[in-house]
Amino acid sequence: MILLDPRPQPSRALALLSPVIAIVLTLVAGGILMAAMGKDPVEALSIYFFQPFKEFWLWLTLPPGEAEMWLYTPSEVVVKAIPLALIGAGLAVCFRANVWNIGAAGQYTLGAITGGWIALSAPDGASGIWLVPYLAAGALGGMAWAAIPALLRVRFNANEILVSLMLTYVAAQLLDWLVRGPFKDPAGFGFPESKEFQDGFIMPVLVGGTRLHLGAVLAIVAAVALWLMMTRTMKGFQVRVIGAAPRAGAFAGFSQDRTIWFALLLSGGLAGLAGAVEVSATVQQLQPQISAEYGFVAIIVAFLGRLNPIGALFGALILAVSYIGGENAQIMLKLPKAVTGIFQGMLLFFLLACDTLIHYRIRLAAPGRA
Amino acid sequence: MSAPAEQSGDHAGSQPPPLLEARGIVKKFGDFAANDDVALVIQPGEKHALLGENGAGKSTLVKMIYGVMQPTSGEFFWNGRQVVIHKPAEARDMGIGMVFQHFSVFDALSVVENIALALPPQPMRALSERIRQVSEAYGLAIDPGRAVHTLSVGEKQRVEIIRCLLQNPKLLIMDEPTSVLTPQETELLFQTLEKLAAEGCSILYISHKLEEVKALCDAATILRHGRVVAHCDPKAETARSMAEMMVGDQIAWVERQDRAAGGGPVRLKIDHLNLAAESEFGVTLKDLSLEVHGGEVVGIAGVAGEGQAELMEALTGEVLSDSDATIHIDGVPMGRADPTKRRLAGAAFVPEERNGHAAVGALTLSENIILAHHTAEGIAARGWIDFSKASDWAGRVREGFDVRAASENPVAASLSGGNLQKFVVGREILREPGVLVVSQPTWGVDAGAASVIRRALIDLAAKGSAVLVISQDLEEIFSICDKIAVIHHGRLSKEHPAAEMTPEKVGLLMGGAHPEDTEIPTEEMA
Repeated sequence: MILLDPRPQPSRALALLSPVIAIVLTLVAGGILMAAMGKDPVEALSIYFFQPFKEFWLWLTLPPGEAEMWLYTPSEVVVKAIPLALIGAGLAVCFRANVWNIGAAGQYTLGAITGGWIALSAPDGASGIWLVPYLAAGALGGMAWAAIPALLRVRFNANEILVSLMLTYVAAQLLDWLVRGPFKDPAGFGFPESKEFQDGFIMPVLVGGTRLHLGAVLAIVAAVALWLMMTRTMKGFQVRVIGAAPRAGAFAGFSQDRTIWFALLLSGGLAGLAGAVEVSATVQQLQPQISAEYGFVAIIVAFLGRLNPIGALFGALILAVSYIGGENAQIMLKLPKAVTGIFQGMLLFFLLACDTLIHYRIRLAAPGRA
Repeated sequence: MSAPAEQSGDHAGSQPPPLLEARGIVKKFGDFAANDDVALVIQPGEKHALLGENGAGKSTLVKMIYGVMQPTSGEFFWNGRQVVIHKPAEARDMGIGMVFQHFSVFDALSVVENIALALPPQPMRALSERIRQVSEAYGLAIDPGRAVHTLSVGEKQRVEIIRCLLQNPKLLIMDEPTSVLTPQETELLFQTLEKLAAEGCSILYISHKLEEVKALCDAATILRHGRVVAHCDPKAETARSMAEMMVGDQIAWVERQDRAAGGGPVRLKIDHLNLAAESEFGVTLKDLSLEVHGGEVVGIAGVAGEGQAELMEALTGEVLSDSDATIHIDGVPMGRADPTKRRLAGAAFVPEERNGHAAVGALTLSENIILAHHTAEGIAARGWIDFSKASDWAGRVREGFDVRAASENPVAASLSGGNLQKFVVGREILREPGVLVVSQPTWGVDAGAASVIRRALIDLAAKGSAVLVISQDLEEIFSICDKIAVIHHGRLSKEHPAAEMTPEKVGLLMGGAHPEDTEIPTEEMA
């Protein structure tokens, strides 16, 4: 019989080790899955997870001239990681407050819509300075969408998980309607998509020959700023106290309602910003599919990063590897696209299971005698 | 009093075997021995006290008897036959019933539904009838059809006792049963227990209230640090001699000195405070008024759940009242001020729950300093936290109040109850607040820590502060307070000088003898 004994102190070592164990378990389970699908598990996993690292290593170690060709895949990993990190850092703070914003995908979509509205209504020949109002509008759109669950939670004690989740679908429908209606490109042959954004609305690329863009800087700045806030300031302390013990927060004179507003507006704003950044950097127009599922995957990012904004940067990179690996696996192994989702789901599942070990230790006992 | 190991022997003679005997019980958690070679003998029909401070190992021993956990080594004998009790269901089948300190009743269900949950399926009507019979036979008045959330704490306890009695126990274990009862309710409970014992049911009575043990029990086993230090006859001992056996060395008994209390200015004034209950399980505060002068300790007595929590929240500012004028701190009306403003005005608070209210278990001690002192002591000026200031504070609290912990800056949850309580009380007292409101200052705290805390409260008042103590522990109220008021059903009696009060008079007010009557009950009534 396996017994769980509570630890006197939560284990700091396991809090950091748990994601590593979860990744290893995901790889093992993934290998079994690949074998069941008739693929060589070692080869499949190496294509899936190790290829991007290998190419990164080659880029680092090969002499100039040969190295450049290996930069593309790692840079694509970072491109994928940018929206995940932006959303994940916000969610890390939000979850610390014990506020469960599950609807980052909706806030992301709204950010794309409000940003897109600025981009589509700007005069011709707009310069790069327009990126500032564009990104601000994206953040405000996300905040506005997150304000709905915040208001309903504070006023009517409505569950923010359900409200924010359901608003995701509303946002998706709104975008769908807009690109078929008001935002539709008149010269677009009837396709449900907007005009392409002008150059002023495109995120500047940082490294030639790649798509690595300015969003990477934004993600790092956001993560560091939020980390400072959580560890050094009263605001972060309030979030942690309200999240851990709301009554102690009230005793300290912190307002739970204001913390709920703060957590949702912050995470919604960053999700909206991520939406605006991503659309501007990749598809460069509004269309029904803008990868809003980043909003859900970022939940895994936040947990993998130990609900620490800087941890979310690493979590984002790991999840981004699984996206790129999924694409490689589709091309090279003819595996279905759903495998990516399965890997991400397993990762969260194993992670939450391993987190039990932070507070409990496993003891094996003969049945009957406890 | 006899030497510890003597009592367990073989019972081959004509004497019947004891009902329950424990021999050499050891229970280890890692390296820590919660029970170490414990022996216990309970005779049929005996009222046996299990005495000890918090952490002495009483609960551990009882949990093993009830099958909740298993001993590391040692043996139990039931009617002379060795038994292994794997789980509570087996204990119940053998005839062991237990009434826990924290009741396991569901508020949303009725009395009979709650009891039915613990018994084999049977028709509700027949069960209601049996409940009625048992409750009449043992003086445990209760209506089986009532919803449990409408019951008083004492009545909820009766539900638990009836639930045990319906299983015809031979041994009834009571874990600190009187901590939530008025003296009068306690008296009724003792009558029930006497009757049960007279019918041959043994009682294992866990407590640290020595006067009660003296009144009720005819044998006692005293535990200290997991070991049996004495078996004794409580009727032949004094409360003080038993306390010394429990604690091990002479305790510093805190006594209220006759001070010229009340001469100082009014520093805390509650003026016609009304506050509607926040939920259907809460208590509405009705027209509370009280003045606490600098230099005095005023106690508010009352059994649990009579409005103490609501009053505390109104005083800290966690719940705001309708008007600023209802609460004055050093003359400033603050009924609508938030906790931070009240702290800046010189008030300090220690709520009843140390875990999750006065402190956050997951945070370190220095972070728990920030919780209360962020603004009032300037630890977070302009939003940035000064961690060195916080850890300096934590160090001073630890030193000044003898807070013992395993590491330099541990999380609060890792401290024992007594040490964490010393920490949260010390955190507030070191500010030397003009007004200190403290709820249940020594709840679940060992005698040594309790003595430190009570001493500190009295010393603070002696320096001119107004100290308001909300407590369910009458011994505590009488040992430290200059004036005593009683809260009942959300109303507060007038405060009376402690010298004019007796436990009986307070008990009558606690039971609501005359909630509106501000006169002291007369001698005849008591």
